[in-house]
Amino acid sequence: MPHLNDFRNPDVASHLLARIGELAREPLRVMEICGGHTHAIFRFGLQQVLPPQIEWLHGPGCPVCVTPVVKFDKAIALAHRPNTIVAAYGDLLRVPGRESTLLRERAEGGDVRVVYSSMDAVSIALQNPHKNVVFFAVGFETTAPANAFSILAAKERHLENFTMLANHVLVPPVIRALLEDSRLKIDAFLGPGHVSAVVGSQEYEFIAREYGRPVVVSGFELNDILQSILMILTQRDEGRCDVEVEYARAVRDAGNAKAKAVIADVFERQDQEWRGLGIIADSGLRIKHELSEYDAEIRFADFLRDISPPPPPKGCICAAILKGQKRPFDCPSFASSCTPERPLGACMVSSEGACAAYYSYRQQPLIQGGTYDE
Amino acid sequence: MQKLLDGLPKIIESAHGTGGRWTHELIESVFLPYFRSQPLQSLADQAVVPESGTGRMAISTDSFVVTPYRFPGGNIGDLAVNGTVNDLLMGGATPAYLTVAFVLMEGLRVDHLVEIVQSIANAAAASAVSIIAGDTKVVCGKAEDGLFITTTGVGFLPGGVNWGPEFIQPGDKIILSGTVADHGASVLTKRYNLAFDTVIRSDTASLLPAVMAVRDLCGIRCMRDPTRGGLATTLAELSQTSGLTLEAKELCIPIRDDVRGLCEVLGLDPLYVANEGKLIAVVAPDVASTVLSRLQATEVARDAAIIGTVTKSAPGYALLETAIGAKRVLELLSMEQLPRIC
Repeated sequence: MPHLNDFRNPDVASHLLARIGELAREPLRVMEICGGHTHAIFRFGLQQVLPPQIEWLHGPGCPVCVTPVVKFDKAIALAHRPNTIVAAYGDLLRVPGRESTLLRERAEGGDVRVVYSSMDAVSIALQNPHKNVVFFAVGFETTAPANAFSILAAKERHLENFTMLANHVLVPPVIRALLEDSRLKIDAFLGPGHVSAVVGSQEYEFIAREYGRPVVVSGFELNDILQSILMILTQRDEGRCDVEVEYARAVRDAGNAKAKAVIADVFERQDQEWRGLGIIADSGLRIKHELSEYDAEIRFADFLRDISPPPPPKGCICAAILKGQKRPFDCPSFASSCTPERPLGACMVSSEGACAAYYSYRQQPLIQGGTYDE
Repeated sequence: MQKLLDGLPKIIESAHGTGGRWTHELIESVFLPYFRSQPLQSLADQAVVPESGTGRMAISTDSFVVTPYRFPGGNIGDLAVNGTVNDLLMGGATPAYLTVAFVLMEGLRVDHLVEIVQSIANAAAASAVSIIAGDTKVVCGKAEDGLFITTTGVGFLPGGVNWGPEFIQPGDKIILSGTVADHGASVLTKRYNLAFDTVIRSDTASLLPAVMAVRDLCGIRCMRDPTRGGLATTLAELSQTSGLTLEAKELCIPIRDDVRGLCEVLGLDPLYVANEGKLIAVVAPDVASTVLSRLQATEVARDAAIIGTVTKSAPGYALLETAIGAKRVLELLSMEQLPRIC
């Protein structure tokens, strides 16, 4: 396996850029689906060095961002329920619900624990047999297998105090929904690396076959992304539309069979609400009926009954941004009434969201055209 | 170790903080065997130190809280000494005295406390500072937090040493004393029980040898230790204060492969991850190579590198030139970085 540094080698990068320059004769609108890619594009400054014909559209690539606010309100409510511990991955803690965040609940005495793996949540339940442990589990296909596994582990250990507040969303259905919207002009997709490692690249075949758009599943290093762009351009140049894998060191055509089996053991598909996008058919996972004792929304249904979804925020254009129709800079609230500290909409809530990425790198225009006094 | 613990209690209890017999026993059995300075051994209410001569005095104080309080490469005791000593050194002062105040959580294991006290004594000896005053309190907190430590350091500045961001000039070189993000990465692997092929050790260390190796040179404008907020935050602060642009080249910044890998996995930018034994020196271009070679001759700064230049291209902002020659602004860290989901 090549060394990680090879994927950052600047000589390889300039070679790839030169070939991209030769092939990028027509405009090309590429949507990246994964928030990790959005971040990498900014971190490496790709927009500064790629030919202007290549335009990035930032898709709904952050599972935290597309989780409905009402889920956070439920987690926050559970955090101040007596004898209850809420366990969650770190980036969920500062996402605001209607009035508070899990971080604030923790400061006010709520028992909120940061976990790094789903099994940490199971361990907390084992160590605290007299408390209810609610694992707030959010994610794409990437985290769904490990989260599913925590339920199987809890079942095996006969843990009655472990439940999951779940919000799992699926990538292929949301891409289909975007492609069905004829107003969206997307020429090609940069396929998500981590998700594809689980589901396999064949799940994207419909994009090439039914909708005639090239897909290249990409890694996250500089030269991964450049190589993927070159592969997309080569497909166009040769008049092809295929699903190709640049990220071959992690992704197989068929995906990871074990991971898919665990998902199928625990979850079943459902119509799913995406924050900013609305309900998309068959695009989410819910805990299967026979495992409903592990579903926090069923176990604590009485406690959570009065928590209803808030109205959509005014002055927020996240829906259009998530579809690649608008850019963060087009939004009147961007960096004024909507900041990472006080986000209004989906794209600002997690560092992987498109607006948060633009916010982090918002001084970029400052240096373009700036001089470099050596 | 076991012999050192003979006769000691197993854990800290509230009675150890009452100021009575238990407190005295704790001080005499856990602290005094390691902190041997004359002012401390006399157990007076204050430390009286000899007159220092004419030098200007530098004072720095810092509180240390870290979970976990023991991690590969060190513990909170090392941080508490090195952190304050390094802050004195960054102004060019020679550290001389240290006070140490402990807030212990009820339930803290005494063997851990002894280990931390030993680390404090060893770190102080390595920097040639005397621990001349101390205090202990016990509170009912979360046992896993262990203890909080506050240290105050006093040092003395030789004549002619005047460093600060206001002296930075365009054309100056930026030198970093070694690899970034080791400390933060070490704490995170321990905090989240991450298994890696290699153990990532904290870089906690005294910068005394590095600073002493170059302090006599003219042309040193300013030094900083990039602790919380990491290298990026320090570059941003220096740019803001100097009104100039500290421009670093990504490819010149040393970083260990395993640290980079961990940061990738957790979704953290290593330039924003804490260091506890590194310094940035901004120096005049004509002394840059001398500073670099003298730093590299010390153990603590053997991986030192010139990572960039001071310009006027974006006044008040720090810039990073990426591997492909693009540039981006390095902002101040606005919130704690939290590990991501995917």
